[in-house]
Amino acid sequence: MSSQAVVSADHRPAPRYVEDVIRAALVLTMFWGIVAFSAGVVIAAQLVWPQLSFDSEYLTFGRLRPLHTSAAIFAFGGTALIGTAFHVVQRTCRTRLFGGAPLGWFVLLGYQLFIVVAASGYLMGITQSKEYAEPEWYADLWLTIVWVAYLVAYLGTVLKREEPHIYVANWFYLAFIITIAMLHIVNNLAVPVSFAGTKSYGAWSGVQDAMIQWWYGHNAVGFFLTAAFLGMMYYYIPKAANRPIYSYRLSIVHFWSLVFLYIWAGPHHLHYTSLPDWAQTLGMVFSVMLWMPSWGGMINGLMTLSGAWDKLRTDPGLRFSVTAVGFYGMATFEGPVMSIKAVNSLSHYTDWTIGHVHSGALGWVAFIVFGTMYYLVPKMWNRPAMWSTRLIGWHYWIATIGIVLYITAMWVSGIMQGLMWRAYDELGFLQYSFVETVAAMHPFYVIRLLGGVFFLSGGLIMAYNMWRTVRGEPEAAADATRQAVAA
Amino acid sequence: MTLDSVGEVLASAWTVWAVLVFAVIMSWAWRPANRKRFEQDARIPLNDED
Repeated sequence: MSSQAVVSADHRPAPRYVEDVIRAALVLTMFWGIVAFSAGVVIAAQLVWPQLSFDSEYLTFGRLRPLHTSAAIFAFGGTALIGTAFHVVQRTCRTRLFGGAPLGWFVLLGYQLFIVVAASGYLMGITQSKEYAEPEWYADLWLTIVWVAYLVAYLGTVLKREEPHIYVANWFYLAFIITIAMLHIVNNLAVPVSFAGTKSYGAWSGVQDAMIQWWYGHNAVGFFLTAAFLGMMYYYIPKAANRPIYSYRLSIVHFWSLVFLYIWAGPHHLHYTSLPDWAQTLGMVFSVMLWMPSWGGMINGLMTLSGAWDKLRTDPGLRFSVTAVGFYGMATFEGPVMSIKAVNSLSHYTDWTIGHVHSGALGWVAFIVFGTMYYLVPKMWNRPAMWSTRLIGWHYWIATIGIVLYITAMWVSGIMQGLMWRAYDELGFLQYSFVETVAAMHPFYVIRLLGGVFFLSGGLIMAYNMWRTVRGEPEAAADATRQAVAA
Repeated sequence: MTLDSVGEVLASAWTVWAVLVFAVIMSWAWRPANRKRFEQDARIPLNDED
């Protein structure tokens, strides 16, 4: 079977891939990216100037914050994952998407409907109050249907593949789809108060509820924000660099060690709570162990460039992807450190956590998406390259500076906040009142806002560049102008 | 033997089982005989011309 299939794989004309869905997903990803970054800038500004909520219940931080996180993770990240998953699975399996365009459209548009229903609910105050699992029961049920369709499309394509081996990127995407289904269903088990109403009561209560929520929450990080985007890394970095992944064996070990360990790390969100101590320690130990597979994966991604580092100078899209892997390494080093109970006693509930999340979300997730899109957009619209390479470079530096401003501000602010909370005077009284810690953080909130504005500006540059590329301007007019200026 | 003690044994065995499965995966990945096929598998994205 294998030899015949390999021969046919190399010489048979490519199947008719489903591509309209992928093009739509790329446009929607860009749109949601701008929405998510804008919402982030707005709530960062609200922390600097609280009067920006204009005393409207619809514009309070409490309602806009889940709008920002859901727009970033689920709308921007999730739509990018649906589009690239369909691209990667068809290409690496050398077969048309199972269910064809109709199933692909159902998954993509059904997911968009979920996002709109969930996000509009937040503004109206409809929420389960579970972080990253805010949508109420009716939105959760709809997402379950869409997600099962996603699994059917993906798994169906893998099963009817023409390529004998299932390429490693597919393992990561598949682990993401299956695990998110499991987490979503268990964490959202709830009984609606009425069929016409939005309110429901969760099946879990007390510390069990907390544990299941963070089993869900941390694996949303582990399988949505990590494993799935690693699938992206394992396909698009080799493609953009035109070199196979550094070590396929390492990718196998990376995959299995990651999925074996990640699922246990959730309790580190509940240090020093009523969760039993052994469970907290278990979560901490597994989090520290996760450092190894994470760095194994980072090394694998970075070393793929060995012998081709010069491409970073000429291909700023690839520079995004490689920087993303660097941020992945940094965030997955910081995470285990913060999961250690002694460190966590300082860092927990402070801005340090917010900074950590953003070095992952902006540095890793958004950058790997940008790198992938700069590769994929010209391919999908049959253009020789992005409209302007120079604008990609601008985007890269503006976004990078934005991230650096953001995370350094949050490190200083968060550690200061933690130290102020625990400071005693000589009589054993707390040295600072809570409001003094808030006032002390103000300058860092301004710096964070500035970082967010930088990151949003980069996103707008990208959207413009993408729009010109899609419109099909005469070949890279901007680059020709630049060369003329340089000459 | 109570149900709790059976549960305890199963839970411990689960850890042992998971470690063994992982050891098998490791040795499969690093088996010298598999080197060539993994090198071929790594080229799957690049075999696709577009």
